[in-house]
Amino acid sequence: MKVFVDQDKCCGAGTCVMLAPDVFDQRDEDGIVVLLDGQPSEGLHPIVREAANVCPAGAITVSDNA
Amino acid sequence: MAQDDVEQLLRYPIPNESALEPPANWARLRQRCPVARVALASGDEATLLTRYDDVKRVLSDPRFTRPTPADNAARVADVESGGVFNSEMATVLPQHGEGHLRWRRMIGKWFTAKRMNALRPGIEAMAERLIDDMVQQGPPADLKASLGFPLPVWVICDMLGVPDSDRDRFAAWSDMMLSMTRFTQAEIETAQVEFGRYMAGHIAAKRAEPGEDLLSALITDTDSDGERMSDATLVATGMGLLIAGHETTANMIGKMVAMLLADRRRWEQLLADRSLVRTAVEEALRMDANSGFGMVRYFTEDIEIAGTVLPPGTTAVCSMAAANRDESAFDAADEMNLGRSPNPHLAFGAGAHSCIGQPLARTELQTVLDVLLRKLPSLELAVDVSDLRRVEGLVVGGLRELPVRW
Ligand code: HEM
Ligand code: SF4
Repeated sequence: MKVFVDQDKCCGAGTCVMLAPDVFDQRDEDGIVVLLDGQPSEGLHPIVREAANVCPAGAITVSDNA
Repeated sequence: MAQDDVEQLLRYPIPNESALEPPANWARLRQRCPVARVALASGDEATLLTRYDDVKRVLSDPRFTRPTPADNAARVADVESGGVFNSEMATVLPQHGEGHLRWRRMIGKWFTAKRMNALRPGIEAMAERLIDDMVQQGPPADLKASLGFPLPVWVICDMLGVPDSDRDRFAAWSDMMLSMTRFTQAEIETAQVEFGRYMAGHIAAKRAEPGEDLLSALITDTDSDGERMSDATLVATGMGLLIAGHETTANMIGKMVAMLLADRRRWEQLLADRSLVRTAVEEALRMDANSGFGMVRYFTEDIEIAGTVLPPGTTAVCSMAAANRDESAFDAADEMNLGRSPNPHLAFGAGAHSCIGQPLARTELQTVLDVLLRKLPSLELAVDVSDLRRVEGLVVGGLRELPVRW
């Protein structure tokens, strides 16, 4: 799985970080998303998919081929 | 309804007797009339959107925002004041484009997930204290007044660096500024003036002697253009956070607990498996059929929705609560499934204007539920579900009281 974040779309709501703190973080100065792990391990896939699904800004995309 | 000329416009908000169940016509609106003309309490006409995809798309469309006083938008009600995003906040705080983005990013760092984790123990201690006081007074108790109403104010006061001794005044001002029915216009205005004066003094004190709080930081911070917030913006930010974060969260605590107790098997399921608390909170937010007015957007360009082209000047009301029950977005949408995941509900809106306080609201709701399950496992409703009453008012929906025993 590959994960992408779009910092321009992100509205800093932190939902992703609450769900998957090993994969997402937020910049200290404004709360905008930072990707920690673009290729998370198998066990994290469901929660990362959930994070992409519930991100209010649609700023997270996930691709499965890889 | 949208296309034909029948002048029998649906009145909005849709009257609803039930405190927890949705009005019957939501399903019909979604299916047959996804773009519905409605008459607001002011008599002005608006367009009601109820489908998940439409509501999500409109709320996330960066071209459209909440109407500002300069727009010729439909008025929600006849009264001037009241409302989550009332005139003060809407005129002082930037609502559009770059300015809004800069403001949002300046306060964004106060709402990160990391900061919420740091706040959690404090919120837990506040919840425990409030529940202990409620227990001491003995059952039955009104959970809304004892816990739901004070907790979010305590949390916001903490963030703003307001001393504990002033919490009650904050709670009272917030109540008055938001109420559209219980207080007179004069009382509401007095509350606004007093609150504004208090905040101005508070900010001056923080300027002289900064603390570890949000306002102290905002006083010295600069935004991405190197600008500082004006005093007016600082006051409006403090007021905005109180107004946007108090009544919403207070009511949601009450409605969440009511939904979980209305069918006590839900409560028991949570007692048996505490790991469901997180998803249960999301499901309560999704199921909330009494979330209030919805979010208003003013269209400044043509937009096509479900085959209807809406012209500039249209005022749209997005019903997130109706969208959250859309079968095309959620399996068994009318069933409360405490483990539902993922749960991309729209209770906090969507896109660039979506609730910036959502991690805080989630933390408060999860903490309250955790503490209640731990301290009062025998909690139950002290009245029949059908005796629960909605608060009358327009903007934020809630229960008048939530009588419980244990
Ligand atoms: C369960 C509780 C809450 C609910 C249901 C809720 C709901 C919402 C919704 C739907 C919006 C979007 C408005 C729009 O799209 O026009 C919003 C915006 C906002 N909320 Fe919340 N909210 C809650 C709690 C909070 C808390 C605790 C705070 C902060 C202390 C807060 C602060 C804000 C602010 C500042 C905005 C404006 C954001 C912007 O315009 O960029 N909210 N809220
Ligand atoms: S959930 Fe989406 S909007 Fe929120 S911080 Fe993560 S990427 Fe940004």
